[in-house]
Amino acid sequence: MNTNFEIPVRNEGETSIVFASDYLNKISGEKIERECKRQIETGCKTLVVNFKDTEIVNSIGVSILLGVIDAAANAGTQIVFSEVSEETNQLFEMLGLTNHVKMAA
Amino acid sequence: MPDNQQKLIHTFSALADLGQEVAHKNNFQEMISTSLHLLLGSLAIMRGGVARYSRFGHELNFLAVRGLGDDFPLSASLEISDEKEFLNAGMTDIEVSQAKMLAFFQRYQKVLERKKIEIIMPLIIRDELVGLVFLGEKASGEPFTDLDRDIVRAMARHIGVGIHQRNLMVELERRADENRRLYDDMRLTYRDTVKAFATAIDCKDKYTEGHSVRVGKYSEIIAEELGWGEEEVEGVAVAGYLHDVGKLTVERNIINAPYRINAKESAELNKHPGVGYEILLPIHHPYTDVPLAAKYHHERLDGRGYPDGLSDSEIPYIAKIVNLADSFDAMTTDRPYKRRRPANEVIEDLKRNSGKQFAPEIVTAFYNGMLTELTGKDKRKRFRRLLGREYMESEGIVPLLKQALNGMDGTSSLTFIGAG
Ligand SMILES: [Fe+2]
Repeated sequence: MNTNFEIPVRNEGETSIVFASDYLNKISGEKIERECKRQIETGCKTLVVNFKDTEIVNSIGVSILLGVIDAAANAGTQIVFSEVSEETNQLFEMLGLTNHVKMAA
Repeated sequence: MPDNQQKLIHTFSALADLGQEVAHKNNFQEMISTSLHLLLGSLAIMRGGVARYSRFGHELNFLAVRGLGDDFPLSASLEISDEKEFLNAGMTDIEVSQAKMLAFFQRYQKVLERKKIEIIMPLIIRDELVGLVFLGEKASGEPFTDLDRDIVRAMARHIGVGIHQRNLMVELERRADENRRLYDDMRLTYRDTVKAFATAIDCKDKYTEGHSVRVGKYSEIIAEELGWGEEEVEGVAVAGYLHDVGKLTVERNIINAPYRINAKESAELNKHPGVGYEILLPIHHPYTDVPLAAKYHHERLDGRGYPDGLSDSEIPYIAKIVNLADSFDAMTTDRPYKRRRPANEVIEDLKRNSGKQFAPEIVTAFYNGMLTELTGKDKRKRFRRLLGREYMESEGIVPLLKQALNGMDGTSSLTFIGAG
């Protein structure tokens, strides 16, 4: 398993954008979670998780996103999910993730 | 796609992944971490943990936690009454809010409530509590449905099986270790017993004190030179130590006779290989062929030995080794009717009798053993310790050995059966 991949991150003012990619769906996705938590700790107001390169989200992916949501809630950071596919969007809604995050195009 | 169907696909693929995970992951810790992700993610449960239960310490140890914070205790003790309660309940989820009578909940109630733990699922495999799964609230904020609980139970069972397998493996390794130690102990005990026996055998014969021990050592050197494995070398040494065990039943005055014994006495003495065999056969030796070595250590390649007059390929290889070691020691120690013979004479003798009494490659191996010590390649000085410095360093031995080795090709028509 390749665990040395770089997590693409972009900082725009008080907003950090983390790209979820397909690594989200494996245990190596914990690295994405750590990166998100790092961004939250550095004090960004808004954390955007971008799903443009994420085809589907499986249970591991959901669990990792819940970790990010929990960390953001504790820190008072706003979470935004962007470029989520229609199918994944439905899944997030059904599972109640959308109660905790803002969905953006 | 209808809502429910997509949700089912999501949860069932998690269940399938979990099964794969438990069946195929070699890394236990990673398997548990992934399993917890799959369980939490399948129903979008915000937080939870998997703990393994040790029956001996009545202790719970968390193997993986998510969202429980740094202040969550990673190990906890369980009362025996709790364990019984869990076993009685079987693999049904226990709601924290309804389980207040358990000692465990009373003790950890505060932290469980603070961390919003809603459900505890005992992991029971083959009537044994192997762990607990703790689950917090769902992201949707909704209560757990009956279907949710079924899914949790199915996934928890997989995790339980994973922990149980791991426990079995650890237990298996522990037992294998224990067995290895027992075996080593037995080998040591056996070796000590053998040495004690050898000393007892040698005590009977005041002129050949230490004979059995020396034969054991020479046999060991030969087997090493032949390139045998550690266990086989040890087996040959043991055979050397015990080759004359049959002498224990021969009358002391025959063994110790300070003259050449007569025919009747000789017949009595010649029973010792067969008697030795009878003594050694019922003993369970870690090495095969030890009794055979005793029985045939006076046989000769040319068939003129005793007790059975076997020839060449009929003689067990181990017996041929012991025969050479035995003969060499007889020639190089003082006997009641004969003084030890000089080294050059003995070397010549072995060569002359190679192919008649001795197997040529065993003679070669023996020569090689001597030569590597004399030329300093082997620093253990085993021959010197057995024969004395002066004897081993008598003039002209090295060229003699080299010359003897040159004239021998080290092969024979023997069937090699010793290293089985
Ligand atoms: Fe003998």
